Amino acid sequence: MKISKEKFGQSFDALTAEYQVVAPVSEAGAVNFKTAKSFSEVKQDYLNSKLPPKSLLFPQHEKLLSYVKEGKDITVKNELKVGKTVLFGIRPCDAKAMLLLDKVFKNDQYRDPYYFDRRDNTVIIGLACNKIAPTCFCSSMGISPACSEGSDLLLIDLGDSYNVEVITEKGKELLASLGELSELSAQEQALVDTVKSAQTTSKVDVSTITAKLDKMFDNSYWDTLHEKCLGCNACSFSCPTCHCFDISEEVIKSEGSRVRTWDACMAPLFTLHGSGHNPRDKKKSRWRQRMMHKFNYFVHNNGDIACVGCGRCIKGCPVNMDIRQAIDGVNKAEVVVD
Amino acid sequence: MEQNPYLPITMKLIKNMCETEDKLINTFTLQFQNKQDEENFKYMPGQFAELSAYGHGEAPFGIATSPTEPGIIKFSVAKVGCVSNALHLMEEGTMVGVRGPMGNYYPMEEFKGKNLVIIGGGFAFTTLRSMAVYMLDEKHRADYGDITVIYGARNPGLLLYKEELAEWETNPNINLVTTIDRPAEGWTKHVGFIPTITEQVAPSSVNTYAVVCGPPAMIKYTLPVLEKLGFPPERIYTSLEMRMKCGLGICGRCNIGPKYVCKDGPVFSMAQLKELPSEY
Repeated sequence: MKISKEKFGQSFDALTAEYQVVAPVSEAGAVNFKTAKSFSEVKQDYLNSKLPPKSLLFPQHEKLLSYVKEGKDITVKNELKVGKTVLFGIRPCDAKAMLLLDKVFKNDQYRDPYYFDRRDNTVIIGLACNKIAPTCFCSSMGISPACSEGSDLLLIDLGDSYNVEVITEKGKELLASLGELSELSAQEQALVDTVKSAQTTSKVDVSTITAKLDKMFDNSYWDTLHEKCLGCNACSFSCPTCHCFDISEEVIKSEGSRVRTWDACMAPLFTLHGSGHNPRDKKKSRWRQRMMHKFNYFVHNNGDIACVGCGRCIKGCPVNMDIRQAIDGVNKAEVVVD
Repeated sequence: MEQNPYLPITMKLIKNMCETEDKLINTFTLQFQNKQDEENFKYMPGQFAELSAYGHGEAPFGIATSPTEPGIIKFSVAKVGCVSNALHLMEEGTMVGVRGPMGNYYPMEEFKGKNLVIIGGGFAFTTLRSMAVYMLDEKHRADYGDITVIYGARNPGLLLYKEELAEWETNPNINLVTTIDRPAEGWTKHVGFIPTITEQVAPSSVNTYAVVCGPPAMIKYTLPVLEKLGFPPERIYTSLEMRMKCGLGICGRCNIGPKYVCKDGPVFSMAQLKELPSEY
């Protein structure tokens, strides 16, 4: 079933009255997810956004609480605020990444209310990829350019209309306010089938990576892998599954707030103890941590590899480090897997 | 309503006391401000909490009191950074924030019916004190066998909880051995590093658990001694430190392999640590 873009655009504009509608828009020569007021702002023909849409649920900078000090007394205010949001146009890799973030922000003991109160109030309209970038390798990570995992509705661009697929109850509810659907023509159906069967051309093999990494903590592979890395963190900040954060204090006189900001395991201060001891004081150990976390620790804790093959870390790296090569390197390491 | 684990409860700093002659370690006594907060703060020896000095930040510290001491909690903190400095300088009566209790705890159930040797070095004695006080409580003392505490510091002035140690000296329910690194005037007890003294005074490993906390070098050289004395890795416990922020297993910095020290620790047996990479 399809909906015309004209009709969809009208519904989109109407939604902005009730929801914060976040969509891909042009920003400083790139495409990023921002609040859009009208469908006319929305960028359609993009490969993927420069930064991942994770910031909608996990902002780069966010107040957790605020306080006022008066002498020895303190008044603390919870800064948790949530509104209803529609996230339009995210790619299947990023929708899948949201499912991975869900596993981080809720564990066997705790649930992060800042993340989940937003998450539970967000409807995700995924947009399948008609074009595939050379850095995309989602097909190797168990998804594909038209994968519906993580989306509530999945759209496929048919030119002047969208093919609409309802994935969840939430999606079904939102669809009711989007307008009438009509049947696809045979030609459109053929296009849908093409997009759905598409695979990325770039591929890596992750079939044995977790088992191999189980035995590779002390492997000499890490001695050289990190060498050209500058430690700039571009890979972590542009990764849709990276979730490490810092909590710090912002204070002016007697008023302050506690904020959390994105942080990254590639930063040397990330693990520095008060005593001066630093368990990951070498770039080698930080690169090992990055690889281990994504392809081994996360799998042990959550059952999934924490990479969706979006390729942003490859595009963003100033020294052309490529996670696909890093994966290949693990595959080539001489380690016997049971 | 669900608790927001990032929101601290407010507690009053009722005592800010210097513990050591180098003036680098203070013990903060915090008072619960209402019954509800205290009831929600059910903890066990070995757990930690995130302590907020508003305007400066928050940091994780092991809880030095035992749950058998109602109304208050205490932390003994070395002055090393922004938050600890602010706490050291804080006037009594100031309100602070506390999030917790966090992490796991010493396996007090598993210890029942067993002898305990508690080995501590320097100011890593805080949660060990909590455990000793817990076991010495009249409700719990009968659950445990012999309790031996081996506690060392560089010199007498750096030992924590001096009044309590003096009381333990004469308490028949606990066998206290204190040691200092080098001879000092007026010191009549043991002189020597913890591993050496442990070898001399440790009780039989039969039916005994060892709990070791201290600087990395002390732990490194004490473990082989315990092994020699016949303690298997399953019966040696320690508590680890890591830089932490959230304390909830989310922010990603305190992991050792797939385990988060904040949520899956800080207490680990040597058998558990042997399964993890040596990145701590």
